[in-house]
Amino acid sequence: MNKEREPLFSSKNLKLITDPLNSNNPITVQVLGICSALAITVKLKPAIVMAISVMVVLMVSNVVISALRKSIPPRIRIIVQLVVIASMVILVDQVLKAFAYDVSKQLSVFVGLIITNCILMGRLEAFAMGNKPWPSFLDAIGNASGYGVILIIVAFFRELLGSGTLFGYPVFQKIGLYNIGYENNGLMILPPMALITIGIIIWVQRAKNRALIEEK
Amino acid sequence: MRNFSNTYIFIFSSVMVIIVAAILSTTAMLLQPIQQRNIEIEKKQFILASVNIESTGKNAESLYDKYITDSYVINSRGKRIEGVDAFSVNMADEIRKPYEERNLPIYIGTLDDGTKKYIVPLRGKGLWGPIYGYISFNNDFKTIFGATFDHDKETPGLGAEISTRAFQKDFKGKVIFDDTGNFTSILVVKGGAKPGSVNQVDAISGGTLTSKGLQAMLKDCLGSYVTYFKEQQNSVTHE
Repeated sequence: MNKEREPLFSSKNLKLITDPLNSNNPITVQVLGICSALAITVKLKPAIVMAISVMVVLMVSNVVISALRKSIPPRIRIIVQLVVIASMVILVDQVLKAFAYDVSKQLSVFVGLIITNCILMGRLEAFAMGNKPWPSFLDAIGNASGYGVILIIVAFFRELLGSGTLFGYPVFQKIGLYNIGYENNGLMILPPMALITIGIIIWVQRAKNRALIEEK
Repeated sequence: MRNFSNTYIFIFSSVMVIIVAAILSTTAMLLQPIQQRNIEIEKKQFILASVNIESTGKNAESLYDKYITDSYVINSRGKRIEGVDAFSVNMADEIRKPYEERNLPIYIGTLDDGTKKYIVPLRGKGLWGPIYGYISFNNDFKTIFGATFDHDKETPGLGAEISTRAFQKDFKGKVIFDDTGNFTSILVVKGGAKPGSVNQVDAISGGTLTSKGLQAMLKDCLGSYVTYFKEQQNSVTHE
């Protein structure tokens, strides 16, 4: 009992936030949550709303599960996790429909599909079930940011090269790129290019971070 | 690891389900009026867009009150149906009925220059899901003044292009009756409309099935208004 209280932002706790941003990124390293990353990254705004939604859902679910971890019967733990995630997703969906109607239309089914996002179940099962609420909270922020950052990077390139806009603002038109014969690349709007963009991000990340390259 | 008894598991799951149900239903009830209002605002934006008035979520209601001056419901024989609010007619239900039983809303837009436009709602099937829109006519009841379409899940970049202005502006000035007064509807032509044609528009390349759905929607929905439109045309010429 005489164990010293760990400071809130000890280096161990900070690693929970920074690791998922780079060396343990849920999308580029663990390759989880890909399907939503392909579907809603055509424009920046939905991508950001999606990132925020996932963060809210993951933060609340991680803390709730972590707080209940000792009273959740192991035999039904997956069901409990799913119920918590599903309720949070419905709440987020309802709030979006009420206060960000146009974005909620663009995201359509993908808000609902947050439930099936492997990152969420993964974090609840692997982390929140065995850790205290505060580290779980940080872990949620870290992983959701790691997911969100990739989403936003992909959406940035897809919107810029596919539609020539950023947040709907016609960047390329303003700088007069169309006058010299530039055309938007329609392929960027289609899902395959999201996969290729993520592939390029993984490539760049591995080129910079040698530790990620598998031994042959 | 602690061993949990079956009774505990039952009680745990029952309590959990009750708490979750309470939270969700409360939220749904609290937010429903706001969500309903969003849907109405969106509908008003659509109706305004069909007479080429751009609106945002914020000013849609005031613009709608300013420009949409009247609305009523008719049946396919061109007679007015009293006691039905045009705005609350759900086209998704109406298009499933035979022509004779449909409630057909008409909205009247009065523009800044004082001209009256007659707005008709559309609904039909695209490739993957419903497509819908509004189309407005000049007071000759055959020339299109403006059109707007949207969709739920057409393919982005292909069928989804029907919701772009670039596709919709083609409809302006097209005529849905031929010289002898027969209803021709509008043809959405693959490979491009004939130059100078008054009832053809270009289909979307790569969006053939959506374009066909759109053409069928126009034929079906406008077709139910033909009797009324013809009566109105006659009364205009006799005036």
